[in-house]
Amino acid sequence: MQRDPAKLEPPSDDRRWRVVRATMRRHGHRQDALIEALHTVQESFGYLDEAGMRYVAAGLNVPLSRVYGVATFYHFFTLRPPGEHTCVVCMGTACYIKGGAAILSAIEQNFKVKEGGTTADGKISLLTARCLGACGLAPAVVLDGNVMGKRDRSEVLNQLQRWMEQP
Amino acid sequence: MAAQIKTLKIDGRDIGARSDETILEVARENGIGIPTLCNLEGLTPVGACRMCLVEVKGARRLLPACVTRVEEGMEVTTSSERLTAYRRMILEFIFSERNHICSVCVSNGHCELQDMASRLGMNHVRVRYQTPRLPVDASHQRFVIDPNRCILCTRCVRVCDEVEGAHTWDVMGRGFHARVITDLGQEWGTSETCTSCGKCVHVCPTGALVEKGRSVAEMTKRTSFLPYLKSMRDGRE
Amino acid sequence: MIPEELAEMALFERETQQQYQHQINVCVASGCLSLQSDQIRESLEKEVRRRGEERWCQVRGVGCMGLCTAGPLVSVGPFTDPAAALYQEVQVSDSLDIIDSLGEGAVSRLVCPTDGPFFQRQVRVVLENSGQIDPERIEDYIAADGYEGLLKVLTEMNPSDVIEQMTRSGLRGRGGGGYPTSLKWTTVAKAVGPRKFVICNADEGDPGAFMDRSVLESDPHRVLEGMAIAAYAVGAGEGYIYVRAEYPLAIKRLRQAIHQAERLGLLGNRIFGTTFSFHVEVRLGAGAFVCGEETALIASIEGKRGTPRPRPPYPAEYGLWGYPTLINNVETFASVAPIIRNGGDWYARIGTEKSAGTKVFALAGRVTNTGIIEVPMGITLRDIIYEMGGGIPDGHAFKAVQTGGPSGGCIPEDYLDMAVDYDSLVQVGSIMGSGGMIIMDDTSSMVDVARFFIEFCMSESCGKCVPCRVGTVHIHDLLTRISEGMASMGDLSTLVELCEMVRNTSLCGLGQSAPNPVLSTLRFFRDEYLAHIRA
Repeated sequence: MQRDPAKLEPPSDDRRWRVVRATMRRHGHRQDALIEALHTVQESFGYLDEAGMRYVAAGLNVPLSRVYGVATFYHFFTLRPPGEHTCVVCMGTACYIKGGAAILSAIEQNFKVKEGGTTADGKISLLTARCLGACGLAPAVVLDGNVMGKRDRSEVLNQLQRWMEQP
Repeated sequence: MAAQIKTLKIDGRDIGARSDETILEVARENGIGIPTLCNLEGLTPVGACRMCLVEVKGARRLLPACVTRVEEGMEVTTSSERLTAYRRMILEFIFSERNHICSVCVSNGHCELQDMASRLGMNHVRVRYQTPRLPVDASHQRFVIDPNRCILCTRCVRVCDEVEGAHTWDVMGRGFHARVITDLGQEWGTSETCTSCGKCVHVCPTGALVEKGRSVAEMTKRTSFLPYLKSMRDGRE
Repeated sequence: MIPEELAEMALFERETQQQYQHQINVCVASGCLSLQSDQIRESLEKEVRRRGEERWCQVRGVGCMGLCTAGPLVSVGPFTDPAAALYQEVQVSDSLDIIDSLGEGAVSRLVCPTDGPFFQRQVRVVLENSGQIDPERIEDYIAADGYEGLLKVLTEMNPSDVIEQMTRSGLRGRGGGGYPTSLKWTTVAKAVGPRKFVICNADEGDPGAFMDRSVLESDPHRVLEGMAIAAYAVGAGEGYIYVRAEYPLAIKRLRQAIHQAERLGLLGNRIFGTTFSFHVEVRLGAGAFVCGEETALIASIEGKRGTPRPRPPYPAEYGLWGYPTLINNVETFASVAPIIRNGGDWYARIGTEKSAGTKVFALAGRVTNTGIIEVPMGITLRDIIYEMGGGIPDGHAFKAVQTGGPSGGCIPEDYLDMAVDYDSLVQVGSIMGSGGMIIMDDTSSMVDVARFFIEFCMSESCGKCVPCRVGTVHIHDLLTRISEGMASMGDLSTLVELCEMVRNTSLCGLGQSAPNPVLSTLRFFRDEYLAHIRA
């Protein structure tokens, strides 16, 4: 007898699981909703943790290893908790030509953080994007979800410095 | 709809085949050997290793024999200077990607990769060895996985999914960083889904998946169980 | 909705809009939004309200006006207004002046001249509504003849008539390969299956390409209408739009558009009271370039790892969940409604004989005017870069133009007078691709550019087939050694050998075309490679 995924209890009474459950329900708990469900987990919790992946696997009847395979295949998903703030540097061709790489390496040096990592104090996560499609505004940097076009190195560094100094 | 009979030429020989057969199947029935690595009778072919690429007259590209169905009047060439060069280079790529050191491998002498290299005369690697340091997982009671010897053929993933029905294995990451994993990328011994049936070990073409307690060159594998098992599983569906 | 209601709605909306004496349009596509155009819109609205002029003066958000480099852009109309103009680099503090000027004369310090080639040489088919309508209101789209093409096919045409018009139009797939659209449609129409699907590929992944994003943000209904017409022609009842998660605004507007169209009965069951039903869902990508490949995209919609599988069988026969599936990209679907409204012959008269119609390009890199343009096929690269793009800024010299993204190549000065079409670009070792055009000047090292693209392909390789997974690593390794001056002539010939092998043996288009940027820079800029080689 297969268990009924619709009756599955969430990992905890955290209200955010209801959103995840709603996504799975909207797709009839079909296996093809895996990526949509993982998007919802990441939107709600900031990253994909083990509890979330197990909940989605059970809710959609997808093997655990497939969930992990999908979660690690797509670069949009992250399995580690993000920092308080995120900084995404666009590394698309236009931004690369116009100095995106220089901005990235300046951030890496100044704040001692590697691309894909988070500063030691957990303040800032540094990410790169393949192309934000904001090429007309190259080089583009996204600070906490806001696309900043035509920014030079010092402007970006100043903003990050302000984040670091916040209590 | 019943399969039709098609006639085609493989390496200049006139051959009859059923329309639902692949070039690889027909070639093997007729004693024409096409090199393969990811392919295994009884598992769904995926066309990933590219060893079985053949030339088909009129086709713009080389075609993987394992997934290409025969067609009427097809003219197939399974071996040529160019194909051999490409196949050798694929082997060079595989050898350079991980750490395939035959002399200390439990599968030495019983390894499909090693056999293929000697069959195709691949005797040196011109590209740089990547020498990744990948941890060996010996947490399972009976088996060991050494990813340093894995060629990502995904036979283990397929046999576990298609035949055993457990889907313990899958692939994580992508590109050069792809790895085969069990469950949520956890140690094999802690897997909740593994039935310890050992099919993955026996379909593995190299020394990546082996039984515990084997010394150098002691690990032999058998895959003869697979076609029959597969046909019984399919028949029951 | 019954057929008559569409015309009524269009008429009502046009009349409503004519009641406004003044119209202020603020670009609210991503480019200008990132320069805070939403604040400009708010302050304009506030000021109009404060003056109690809401009944005479309309402030709207509109889609992309093209010249992203001069953003935020604001336009004032109608054209009969003495103040009618396009304003560039507008700031919140300019709101008062803009409103004061209405009916008087344009604010001269903000005026962006539109009589130059950037605007005048464009032929707008796909972008006809971009910057003209509010992408968040279906009424605006309907007032601009929206959904009339769908009405026409459902009430006056057989599916085969629709395909006939597409054949006459000569439209070729705008996603890259240039496969004739009508041929694809015919194959799916002829395929037998209990269900069929239409998929819109909006996974615009080429770095340096942002045409599809612009269309989705500026005119989402046009894409939905094109998909619905295609679905009718091939006999599909369900559709998916696969959009990159990196495009949140496009996703929001698409979802909104689907909702609006469903509410009016322009999508869903029994459209216009006919027997035709079509349901569309948005599916998000998650950051994988390879999912632009048809079979990988299908795997991703099925919720799996986006790895391609060998073709044949092609998706047209064996696609989503094994059913016949039509896949076209955003720009292709966006071209459909105008072709149906005006006829295939009309479209075929634009462009060249073998590459009919218009193409949208995204101009970026070292060029004065960056942004989105739509031009007839057959225009020369020189016209695009020097006339429309305004040439190379800061006194630098042109070196190359890169088309086709990581699958394309770099075209040098010698070929600038070449007409842009599918076949000529292939002849010079590049491809049309989806329409990204990156201009490089004498500050760019071509070895570096090649390495940039191969690094891209290396990290975007899905890892399924050996040549792409490992070959891209070795090509990247060799290019790194060359750029560090550590390579010999022998390494250079190994590089060529590897490139050819990866091109000929990889499973999908990503691997097969990954060596293109290396081979094309080697062909045209061999000197730069040689300069790095150890003596």
